[in-house]
Order: sequence, then structure tokens, then C-alpha cells
Amino acid sequence: MKHRTPLREALLVFERTPLLSSLSIASIGFSLFTIGLFFLVALNFRRALDVLAERVEVVAFVLRGTPTETVSQATQDITAFPEVLELRFVTEEQALARARRELVEFREAYRDLEVNPLPASFEIRLKPEFRDAAHAQAVAERLRGFPFIEDVRYGRDWVERLDKLRTMAAVVGLVIGYAFAAVAIVIIGVTIRITVLQRAKEISIMRLVGATNSYIRGPFLIEGAIKGILGGVLAIAMCWVTFSVFRKTTGDTGTTLIFFGGLQMTVMMLFAIGIGLGGSLVSVDRQLRSV
Amino acid sequence: MIRFNHVSITYGNGVSGLKDASFHIPRGQFVFLTGHSGAGKSSILSLIFAEQKPTEGEVKVSGYQISKLTAREIPRLRRRLGIVFQDFRLLEYRTVEENVAFALEVTGARHESIPNRVMRALTQVGLASKARGYPKELSGGEQQRVAIARALVNDPHILIADEPTGNLDERATRGIFQLLREINAGGTVVVMATHDMELVRDTGFRTIELKNGRVVYDSGVDDAEAAP
Repeated sequence: MKHRTPLREALLVFERTPLLSSLSIASIGFSLFTIGLFFLVALNFRRALDVLAERVEVVAFVLRGTPTETVSQATQDITAFPEVLELRFVTEEQALARARRELVEFREAYRDLEVNPLPASFEIRLKPEFRDAAHAQAVAERLRGFPFIEDVRYGRDWVERLDKLRTMAAVVGLVIGYAFAAVAIVIIGVTIRITVLQRAKEISIMRLVGATNSYIRGPFLIEGAIKGILGGVLAIAMCWVTFSVFRKTTGDTGTTLIFFGGLQMTVMMLFAIGIGLGGSLVSVDRQLRSV
Repeated sequence: MIRFNHVSITYGNGVSGLKDASFHIPRGQFVFLTGHSGAGKSSILSLIFAEQKPTEGEVKVSGYQISKLTAREIPRLRRRLGIVFQDFRLLEYRTVEENVAFALEVTGARHESIPNRVMRALTQVGLASKARGYPKELSGGEQQRVAIARALVNDPHILIADEPTGNLDERATRGIFQLLREINAGGTVVVMATHDMELVRDTGFRTIELKNGRVVYDSGVDDAEAAP
């Protein structure tokens, strides 16, 4: 006669009720897969917005004839702004050379110029967390305070639109994310409840022969955690397959679209284990109260 | 050992399960609870194993006051009791010996001691040779014997049997009853609810008859009062 530990008891359930166990793992897996897919889309959308936001740049045009020492001093001052990631000073000559190179249609006009009409400028890239309208505006205001700065541009309308898009994405992501998570919790909870109900007789016998509640909970919690782990792995695997197929279909070479990182997968697994444990605990306790 | 003192149970829907029941069952006694369905037999048994608490009055079992039992104390009380039901309540996926061992495992008995204690209980009920079989391979009488072995394996002070012969034929009924008598002869209190009046009449054991939740007859009232 083999001794039955709580772990062995939990594992035996998979052997005894393979169909029901598989169904509950599949239910956890598919529910988390839905959430996973949504977050994968959200992750890639956020990345796309971040790529767009990299273009947020503040350009401060310098008055003609500003002494080099003043420019050097200003370079140090502006670099010290907390929002500034990178600062580049573009001389009048460099600006003209760039215009000739990049604005092909005006190449002829720029070639015959006697006087360079383009001013020197500071081109400032902001740190990722400051790439929004409010911070760009604040940096622009500060730059306007320098007497040798003639004008400051940062594509105000464009940055504001990007801000709105980001806010909208965050709100929609949060609402839909919570809704998906709530639905998943309900589905998984019901599935686990069915498996516990199926063993109601066993629970009532345990209580009648004098088992403590914590003894009864043990195997159910282990079973819930195992189902959570397997369901989580299944969900991540399905997300990966879907992601790979999508990437292949769109011809992405692996640079544009991104998959979950280690931290995100860990969070997903912890959520799966938590939901398995929580679902089991709630279901068993409900059953314990009713027998 | 068991004392009911003016005990009543009223359920949430206003229905009375038991009305002002008082009796005392001393150590070593065999008691029949008789009466029609719904008379209150199961209410008395469920009070003894603390499945419910009295609405009024007091129930004392093996030193525990049922109305004051905490959630932690209920398992401790039940480990002193053996409980047998009409429908056996065996786990089909466990062998006979595993069903009996189950009662020891859940109470945290030492693993090394379990096989011996299980075999002793199965020998007592005459099923040692079927230890490796599964409940579905046994007759109704044999399944009830397994349930009794499970109830006995913890050496209970009190054995509660709720219609243990209700699903059995005449021969199996006699066998089970004989087994319960032997257990009682060893000093265990046996409280058995039954409809089988023939069985009750043949034995001459104490009988508590219930009708509509009231104790209407108690054949051992003098003995019980005289008992310590």
C-alpha cells in the first residue's frame, strides 16, 4: 500500500480524470491565450508609438552672428536639461549642405545662392519619458529664454496628436485588458469549480473522518498550481505560434514585431499559477462550507 | 458519553428537525434510533458528529459541547467517532485497504503504523482477503463492511450508523448487525438509526423512538439516568 502525499494525491487526479483535467488546463490555456494575444498586440502598438515618438525633436534656431563661445556655453547649459537625451549643434554650412542633400527639388536653387539663408540650430532629442507635448513645450519655452535663440519648433500639432493616441491606447488597453482578465478569471473559476464539485463526495468523506480544512485544501491547491503552470505554458506556446505565423505572413524579418520578454512571460506564468491557486482555494472553501 | 439536554433544531425555513429532545447514552451502550422518515433520527446523528449545531438546548459528545465547538475542534471530535452511512460513501478509485487507510492518513497517523492498523480493521470485519479489491467488485454487504472498517480503524469511542442496513438484503443485514454487536461488545458506543423494527425487537437493546422530531419512547430511560 503506497503512502499518499498531497502531491501524489494531486498528480493522481490527472491520471484518474484525464479528460476533465485536460479540459481545465485547456480552459486556463485558452483564456490566457486570449489575454496574451491582446497584450501582444498592445505591446507592439506601444512599441510602434515609441518608434514614432523617437522623432519628437526640439529645434532651436540661433541668431546669425552668435559668437562661438556663447554657442559652446549654451550647449553645456542645454545638455544639462533633465529632459535632454542628445544635443547636436548644426552650423549654417551644415544646414545648407543637408538641404542640398535632402531637398532634391530645391538643389538647383540652393546651388546658386550667394548668401546662405539657413540659420544655425540646436537639434535636441528628448529622453523617452519626456517625448510628449507638455515636456517638449517646456523645453521650447526654456530655449526661448536664451537671447540668441530666434525661434523654436517641435512640431506641436503632431506631438499633441501622438499624445492623444498614446492616452487613447492606454485607456482602451486598460479597459479591454481588465475585461479580458475578468472573463478569464470567471471561465477558469467555473472550470476549477466543476473539478472540485466532481470530488464533493471525497471532500465530505474527508471531513467526516476528521480531516482538517488545511489537509483537505492541500492536494487541491497543488492541483490548481499544476494546472496553472500547464495552462500558462500552453498559452505562451499558442501566443508564440500565432506570433510566428503572423510574422511570417507579414514578411517581418524580426525587427519590427516583438514577442514577450522574460519579465512579461514570468508575469503571465505567475498570473496563471495565481489564478489556478485562487480558483482552487475559493472553490474548495465554498465546498467545505457546504458539507 | 452522549447527552442531549432539551435539544431543538429549527431550520432556516421554519421547519423543526428536533423538538426538546433529552436523553443520555452512557459508555458501552448500543442504542437504536427508530421512527419514520423525517422523524428526527438523522438530525440526532448529525448533531452527534457536529454537522449542525442545536438551535436550542445542549448536546455533549465525548466531552465536547457541540454548540461551542470551534471549526478547529470539529475534526478532533470526529476522530473520536466512527460514522457509517446507508450509501457506504466509499471512494471507487481507491482499493479496499486504501479506503480504510484514508481515515488514518487524513488524521496524520504515522505512515509505518497504517498498514497494520488497516489489516487489523479489515480482519475484524472479515474482509482481509479482499484488501486489494475495489469497492465495485464487492457486494453491498461487503461494501458496508469496508465502511465499518474505515469507521473502526481510528479506534472510535462512538460508532454512528445511519441506516447501515437500508440497502442490504436480509442475510447481509444480519451480518452487519452481528458485526456492530461485536464492536459494541468491545466497549464502543453504537448509535444506529434504523427502520428495521424486526431487528430492533429481536435484540432487546435500548430503543429511542422519534415522531415528528420528538422523543416519544425511550426503553432505557431508567438505565440512562442511573448511568454515571
